[in-house]
Amino acid sequence: MQITRELVEYVADLSRICLDGASEEKMERELGAVIEYMEVLNALDTDGVEPLSHVFQVTNVMREDAVAPSSPREDILAGAPEATGQTFVVPRTLE
Amino acid sequence: MEITKLTALQTAAAIRQKTLTAPEALEASLEAIGATGEAVNAYITVCAGQARERAQQVQAKIEAGVLTSPLAGVPVAVKDNICTKGVRTTCASKILGDFTPFYNATVIERLEAAGAVIIGKCNMDEFAMGSTSETSYYGPTKNPWDLSRVPGGSSGGAAAAVAALQAPIALGSDTGGSIRQPASYCGVTGFKPTYGTVSRYGLIAYASSLDQIGPIARDADDCAAMMDVIRGKDDRDGTSLTVDQGSLLDAVRATESLKGMRVALPAQCFEREGLDGRVADAVRTTAGIMEELGAQVQTVDLDFLDYVIPAYYIIAAAEASSNLSRFDGVKYGMRAEEYGDLTDLYKKTRSEGFGDEVKKRILLGTFVLSSGYYDAYYRKALQVKAIIKERFDRLFERFDLILTPTAPATAPILGESLADPLKMYLSDIFTVSVNIAGLPGISIPCGFDGAGMPIGAQMIGQRLQEATVLGAAHAVQRLTDYHTRTPEVKA
Repeated sequence: MQITRELVEYVADLSRICLDGASEEKMERELGAVIEYMEVLNALDTDGVEPLSHVFQVTNVMREDAVAPSSPREDILAGAPEATGQTFVVPRTLE
Repeated sequence: MEITKLTALQTAAAIRQKTLTAPEALEASLEAIGATGEAVNAYITVCAGQARERAQQVQAKIEAGVLTSPLAGVPVAVKDNICTKGVRTTCASKILGDFTPFYNATVIERLEAAGAVIIGKCNMDEFAMGSTSETSYYGPTKNPWDLSRVPGGSSGGAAAAVAALQAPIALGSDTGGSIRQPASYCGVTGFKPTYGTVSRYGLIAYASSLDQIGPIARDADDCAAMMDVIRGKDDRDGTSLTVDQGSLLDAVRATESLKGMRVALPAQCFEREGLDGRVADAVRTTAGIMEELGAQVQTVDLDFLDYVIPAYYIIAAAEASSNLSRFDGVKYGMRAEEYGDLTDLYKKTRSEGFGDEVKKRILLGTFVLSSGYYDAYYRKALQVKAIIKERFDRLFERFDLILTPTAPATAPILGESLADPLKMYLSDIFTVSVNIAGLPGISIPCGFDGAGMPIGAQMIGQRLQEATVLGAAHAVQRLTDYHTRTPEVKA
């Protein structure tokens, strides 16, 4: 698997991260080395092995449908970079 | 009495016996931070004011007989990825630089209920992504045994704080070795519990299926006491388990011999490229001590070791790419100064706020999850995870404990690992499979190399066998004194 500059740009865009020229080159090199190293997994035969997400059998966790207070709005908004008294503020998304 | 050299349990006992007070214990740690804090850089935030107030309250409650926990009055250092109400929590990242949580992590609630005094927030690799604590936005932590070396990571600040006597005990988090490996490099004891034993509510997530909070302390008894306080079911963490393991501290203290214990020594952990011979020798000596204590030690084959690091990095990066999408400059933390539309706001904020290693892992995770590559990388890694779990399960049918070095070598010189990231990844080769299989594991000091740097031995148990792991560590520490040695920090 060859990591190309185009692929780095593509995943960076998906990740909502922009890289300048120098860091793009570094990322291409380092990601390439890591991906190449990961190819070692191809030596392991995993045919018919069921992928495992959790080591314990995890099932849906149900709770009583009871009303309980959630976190106070002003506490949540206090940490925001920009907020009105009611909401987070972001640039206009609809014209 | 040298207050800072007491273990957490000894500190609490002295407070109960009125030879020490909680404020005095706190002041002793704060004094140590004043003396060597700048040189070691173990803390990002020291909350002296809040801690002093709290120590007074705790002292009053101890005197009134309201607080009777074995850790009441003890100062505790906390890794800076665990949310503390009213105390800045940065994850060692620029992006969370001014984030002050309005709630406590479950472990902090439980610690405070037990009368512990939070002294400060410890330095770490940014978002816990690293094995040296060098990727912190707040500068690297130094190893108290040799300030030109790294303390390990990612809980390097927590391990260094305990080693440098700047706190008797600390909380770290372990995703691929982040408690055990720095404990090994700093000559202290670090325990990673079974996945699901300790609530992750309020732990800023790196890789949710692998992350687990645990103690870093002077010895196994302190780790057991801390586990008794922090573990247990929490409705706010869907993966937390309902299990009653009884008092771990009682179980551990009762372990005097290891008669009947079957200990496996994986051959591949003692003979491999890059493994320091003195590390292997020191851990073999530990195996000998376990034999003296009555254990039967047998060499076994652990043939999957070459696959654990790639599988780990695929799984961890994939989960990180998803978990870290919440840092977007909207709800908390920093926002870029200049931006155009919403997408630009996300991109500029994340590009300015994250460091290089974090960006690399987000990109890697996005790649292995992306259309066309998912099966070849992510699905494959989860299959490898299934194989690793199955191999461990089979091994634990025949053995009670697995003994390995915690890391292939002692602490490297600052800067060396950043130049060779793959080499840094390999420093976790003995620890990551424990997270992949959700097992409990401990690192205890078991010797020193020629340069005087500490060596760690790792003991691994089957899921939920915390008492076996901590008990074995306790028994070995009764016969050795490596865990009682402390460095002279040249500030």
